Amino acid sequence: MATQALVDRPLVNPVRSGPKRAAEWARRAPLLPALVFTIIITQLPFVVTLIISFLRWNALDPSNRGFAGLGNYIAVATDSALRSSVVTTVILTVAVVVVSLLLGLGLALLLDQKFRGRGFVRTLLIAPFLVVPVAAALLWKHVLYNPEYGLLNGALTWIWSLFGGANPPQPDWISSMPLISVEAALVWQWTPFMMLILLAGLQSRPGDAIEAAQIDGATPWQVFRYLTLPHLRQYLELGGLLGSIYIVQNFDAVFTITSGGLGTANLPYTIYQTFFQAHDYGQASAAGVIVVIASIIIATFALRVVSSLLRNEVKS
Amino acid sequence: MTPRKVWRPWGVFAWLAGILFALPVLWMILTSFHSESDAATNPPSLLAPLTLSGYEEFFGVSSGVSPWPPLINSASASIGSTILVLLLAIPAAYALSIKPVRKWSDVLFFFLSTKMLPVVAGTLPIYLFAQFSGLLDNISFLTVLYTSMNLPIAVWLMRSFLAEVPVEMLEAAALDGAGLITTLRRVVAPVAMPGIAATSLICFIFSWNELLFARVLTGVVAGTAPVFLTSFVTSQGLFLAKVCAAATVISLPVLAAGFAAQDKLVQGLSLGAVK
Amino acid sequence: MARIGARRAGCAAIGAVLAAASLTACSGAGGGGAGGANSINVLMVNNPQMVDLQKLTADNFTKQTGITVNFTVLPENDVRDKISQDFSSQAGQYDVATISNYEIPFYAKNGWLAPLDDYISKDTAFDQNDILAPMRVSLTADDGKVYGEPFYGESSFLMYRKDVFQAKGLTMPANPTWQQVADLAAQVDGAQAGMKGICLRGQPGWGEVMAPLDTVVNTFGGTWFTKDWQAQLTSPEFKQATQFYVDLVRAHGESGAPQAGFTECLNNLEQGKVAMWYDATSAAGSLEAPDSPVAGKLGYAPAPVVKTKSSGWLYTWAWGVQKASKKQDNAWKFISWASSKGYENLVGSQLGWSRVPAGKRASTYTNPDYVKAAGPFASQTKDAITSADPKNPGVQPRPTLGIQFVDIPEFTDLGTQVSQQISSAIAGSTTVDAALTAAQALAEKVATKYQGK
Repeated sequence: MATQALVDRPLVNPVRSGPKRAAEWARRAPLLPALVFTIIITQLPFVVTLIISFLRWNALDPSNRGFAGLGNYIAVATDSALRSSVVTTVILTVAVVVVSLLLGLGLALLLDQKFRGRGFVRTLLIAPFLVVPVAAALLWKHVLYNPEYGLLNGALTWIWSLFGGANPPQPDWISSMPLISVEAALVWQWTPFMMLILLAGLQSRPGDAIEAAQIDGATPWQVFRYLTLPHLRQYLELGGLLGSIYIVQNFDAVFTITSGGLGTANLPYTIYQTFFQAHDYGQASAAGVIVVIASIIIATFALRVVSSLLRNEVKS
Repeated sequence: MTPRKVWRPWGVFAWLAGILFALPVLWMILTSFHSESDAATNPPSLLAPLTLSGYEEFFGVSSGVSPWPPLINSASASIGSTILVLLLAIPAAYALSIKPVRKWSDVLFFFLSTKMLPVVAGTLPIYLFAQFSGLLDNISFLTVLYTSMNLPIAVWLMRSFLAEVPVEMLEAAALDGAGLITTLRRVVAPVAMPGIAATSLICFIFSWNELLFARVLTGVVAGTAPVFLTSFVTSQGLFLAKVCAAATVISLPVLAAGFAAQDKLVQGLSLGAVK
Repeated sequence: MARIGARRAGCAAIGAVLAAASLTACSGAGGGGAGGANSINVLMVNNPQMVDLQKLTADNFTKQTGITVNFTVLPENDVRDKISQDFSSQAGQYDVATISNYEIPFYAKNGWLAPLDDYISKDTAFDQNDILAPMRVSLTADDGKVYGEPFYGESSFLMYRKDVFQAKGLTMPANPTWQQVADLAAQVDGAQAGMKGICLRGQPGWGEVMAPLDTVVNTFGGTWFTKDWQAQLTSPEFKQATQFYVDLVRAHGESGAPQAGFTECLNNLEQGKVAMWYDATSAAGSLEAPDSPVAGKLGYAPAPVVKTKSSGWLYTWAWGVQKASKKQDNAWKFISWASSKGYENLVGSQLGWSRVPAGKRASTYTNPDYVKAAGPFASQTKDAITSADPKNPGVQPRPTLGIQFVDIPEFTDLGTQVSQQISSAIAGSTTVDAALTAAQALAEKVATKYQGK
């Protein structure tokens, strides 16, 4: 049974006469509580952040307060630490989203097959997403990565001892590959999320089209490439979008695993550091404002031009 | 496409993948039952004697610090904010899908854009406001913040789910003279129930896990479970077993909810399932 | 069929959730009422001594005075952020917090702390003069008033495995120099399977790797800033000290050095993975505890020197009372109890003498029970603390207090950023010269703020 996404049903007669206007407002009414709530709680703080960004306000230096004009913005723009944290954020987000999408796709394809114990395996696979993120970060940092007593090096020692080796390599994971360590922990946590979205996509494939193709002699690869992948496109985009939103903001992993050191400081961490350690509220607010404007520009571009999620598909 | 439950090679792959992915979690649970010194050995001691000392530390047997207040705080903030989110998001989603306002995609974009503000940058104004109005260390304030944190995603998800309600059923209801509330209750809700379950689960998970606001805005009374977890990490002395025990207990509600509702999650995320 | 079933299940679920929410909402709403008139809120770092205090308070302090103490305990980095946030905005969420001798001078200058002199003069039982002199000095602000009372204090010294040294026929000099220590580390490296010569911190953090490194810098003749605020991180002495430290750690130091902080080195020494450890005197308490594998096997030597007579650092976790607190009297009652001789005896008798929060009172070191239990390290600890001079720790005059830190608010940020460079040098991903050049630039930026004053 086909359902057309019934979203685009504009008013046929856009005459703004009495009953029509009332009808318009009736349509808006259910939206208003959520809209008003969001505006108050998100936009007001943003306005305050904007105001503070023009002030010279360092909590550790109460005698030196005043209007700073664009001073904070200039300081932020010339701050190399902030620029490198922008680069780090981009690298981190792209790496984590892409890898977890690919892994999630692979796992979803595996789970789409029927085999013994499928439900149990699916339960195992979503466990990482359900562990509290700060707990997961602590787990990776102390229980897995620690070169002295972490599981990774412990496993290496054990494997080496199986072959009679006495000098197993005991790399210091976090120090030798800091950004990759953080990325690995994040990929571990987010792959199940991507997997669930893509699994939903796989299970909603129109079965008849695939059967027809298989009857016509299409190979599994051809089925995948020409039927599955296009159908999955909006799921991939949804996963990519949601993943990016959350991973750009990620703070727990960087704070816990590397304390922002060794080149892993991303934007939320740098802003946090400016707020809560350097206590330079003016500068941190300026950084926040710049980040918001930049993200909105990027998001506008991404969502409007690239995504098919805001368009309406006719599903067959 | 006859389903045959046979040991295909894919099944083996899947099992391996599952175990590998879950290994850190399984190891975390195992470590929580070891003593501190056993937890910190290299090579890892799989078969070390099991003990409840980690859990005893967590439940405050020797320190007298009860974990229940933070757990209850987390529960009330997560459940409360999820309910609030649903109450706000479902009507909003209705107004963006079934009977859409004119600029629905702009509105949707606006909601999503509110998630672009780095939360960290917003903590100062919120902290100042809370201090000024005496709302520091107040779990209800935290609940409201969590609601606003999850509302955009909830609106987005619910909009997709509501868009799947069959046109014919809505037209039939309208012909029968059903008002908004009745339509929501009798036509929309049953169809969208998996979607509502999925959205609630996601909102619950994100609220339960939230750390930054909780750490900044709470103090003595309103501390949540993740903040309580961090208090076990000490720079002087071993803490692996304690932290694993704490992490296990604190993740239990989310794990339980996730496992119980994973079907709904997959089902609900199917945008446009073929009925 | 399925739809009706699903709908019923959905309604039941929502019903259950509402019921649960109403239950939890009651407890949540009542949450604001934990602060009675006779209670205080205390924010502490989660070091073992504080955790012990948390355990003992209800049965002792609260029973005696009727004042309930609500503790919030957090790891060090988190607690500093929270304390500075609460105290800088004077939000008054906490009456008392564990602040160190790093923060107290400038917190006091900014008017965030309540002066304690009145309480001290009225409370003769507290015996302020029993507090070790360097501690008292470091907790007194520029205006001469006392703004904190130490809970426990520490300096730094060198701990080494006596038995391993004996087996190798080595002796530790009574006042070792750094060069001697480096030679000893080379000789004792590999004395037992998997044992490295020495453990030195490498973890990023102004209170982690920078603490021992700064003392090395001081005794090599370097300094962060001259008296008129010229940054000196690329001076020959600073470079020499840092190169020495980095080389020693890389050659004979623990594995995983760039991540090694206090806990990792403690673990290493306990598990026989290193033969020496230069770090806080407070470590000895854990190392000599009955369940420690190395109890009784350790020797203690003063912090190694080069150009100065002593080089141990000075650090104390002390109690500060927030100016905006409305319960300052009760706060003092708690502080004076926690830092009292009586509390030390309580810990000693109930939990063990090695767990006493020591390093602040002279009387601790004349207490026969304590000295018996802490024998090996007690005198070295006391000497280390009393010989520390926060005003003049090096060979040249300093612009402000501080041995292992520079007592300016910017140091948390500056010290941490520089420490990240040093950590990278220890990891081998950058050279000491490059690290110090970058550090110099950061320090110069901070110095310009102070040069005009």
